[in-house]
Amino acid sequence: MRMLELQRVSKVYGLGAAEVHALDRVTLSVDEGAMVAVMGPSGSGKSTLLTIAGSLEEPTEGEVRVRGAALAGMSRSDKARLRRRTIGYVFQDYNLLPGLTAAENVSLPLELDGLPARKARAAGLAALEELGLAERAERYPDELSGGERQRVAIARAVVGERRLLLADEPSGALDSGNAEAVMRLVHDACKNGGMAAVVVTHDAQLASWADRVVFLRDGRITDQTASAPGPESLLTPGRPQ
Amino acid sequence: MSVRHALLALLSEGPKYGLQLREEFEARTGEVWPLNVGQVYTTLQRLERDGLVESEDTDEGPQKAFQITESGAAELAEWLRTPPDLSSPPRDELVMKVLVAIRLPGTDVHEVIQEHRRYLLQLMQEWTRIKESGAQGDLNLALAVDAELFRLDSVVRWLDAVDARVRRAAAEGNVQPAKAPLPKQRRHIGVRG
Repeated sequence: MRMLELQRVSKVYGLGAAEVHALDRVTLSVDEGAMVAVMGPSGSGKSTLLTIAGSLEEPTEGEVRVRGAALAGMSRSDKARLRRRTIGYVFQDYNLLPGLTAAENVSLPLELDGLPARKARAAGLAALEELGLAERAERYPDELSGGERQRVAIARAVVGERRLLLADEPSGALDSGNAEAVMRLVHDACKNGGMAAVVVTHDAQLASWADRVVFLRDGRITDQTASAPGPESLLTPGRPQ
Repeated sequence: MSVRHALLALLSEGPKYGLQLREEFEARTGEVWPLNVGQVYTTLQRLERDGLVESEDTDEGPQKAFQITESGAAELAEWLRTPPDLSSPPRDELVMKVLVAIRLPGTDVHEVIQEHRRYLLQLMQEWTRIKESGAQGDLNLALAVDAELFRLDSVVRWLDAVDARVRRAAAEGNVQPAKAPLPKQRRHIGVRG
C-alpha cells in the first residue's frame, strides 16, 4: 500500500524579490515497508519536504496523499487526527516532554486520540519493550541517555497504528553506535512493522540503511539510488579487492 | 591487507594446515576478503624461506602442518605496531577524475560528482544489508563491514566538500579557466603508488 505520495509539490516562501523556492515540483512516493532516505546540503529543502509530508505545512502547489487520502481536502481536525493516528515524527532533539516519564511520553498521542488511559499505557509499554526500553519506562527524559531518549521518541512515533514515520536527522546528536541503533529501529519498523519511513539525513552511513536514497538540491530531487542488490553481490569469491 | 601477517597471526595460535589457514582467514574477515588456496601456499613457502614459519618435513601436500618460529612471532609483533604509510596521498582515481572534470570544457563537475556519490551510496547500501542480515552476531564481519563503510563514507564527504567548494568558488566568480596549468608545487607532493 502507498503510504505517502507527493505529486509535483512546490513550496514558496516570501513574495516578489524575497521569494524562496524551498521545494520545486517534488514527486515522491513511499510504499508500506519501505524506508527512504533524503540527502542533500543544508537549505536544499529536506526539512520542508518532511513538514509538508507530515501535514504540518501546506504546499504552495501540488498534491500530498497520506495512505491514499489527499491532505488538501481535509479539515483542520481531520489533519490533526491523521497526525495523531497515522504519522509518527522523530526529531534530532527528541522533543520529549520533560515532566512525563518515558511511558507517559509514548502513550500520550494515544490518550490525546481518545484511547482510555489504561489501554494507552499498555500500548506505550509494549512499544517500549519492543525497543528494549522496558526497564526505562518510569524514568523521566533527563534520567535517560541521549540514545535512550531517541529510542523513546521512536517508540512514540511507532506506537499504536502509526503507519508513516517521518524523521529529521534522528541521529544527528548521537554517537555512531547509538546512531546505528536508531537507524536499525527505523529499518525494523518498516520491515517488520509494515510502516513506511522517510528519514532526512546528511550522513551517508545512516542513509545507507534505506532501501532508496533520494538526493535533493535547491528544492528539487536531482537523483536517487537504484534499489540495492542483495548482500551476495559483495561476498562472491573472486571479487576484485 | 597483508596475507603474510594474517597467516602469521593465525599460526601464533598453534600449528595449522594450509587449507585450515585459508578457511580461518576467510571466517575471521567475515568472508569479506576471499583468498585462494594457491595464495596461501605461495605465502607459506615464502614465510618458510624467510625463517618465519617452519613445517614438519614428514608430510607433504595438504596434510603438511606449519608453525610459527620465534622470529615469526617477533615479525608479527613488529608489524602490528608499525603504522601503514598514510603520509603521502594515494594515487586516487576518483580525485583525478574530479580534478579533470573541473577543468574539462563542457563538463558539469557537479553531475560527475553526483554520479560517483550515487554509486558510493549504492555500495554502502549493499554493505549495510550485510551488516543488517547477520553481522550483529559476528564481530569480525561487523568490524570488516564498518571499515568499508567508514572508508566509503569519507569519500562521500570529500565529494560533498568538493561540491560545496566549487559552487562557492563559482559564486565568487573565482572559477579557474580551463587552460590554467596545474600549480607547480603539486609535483613536490609524494604520491603513493
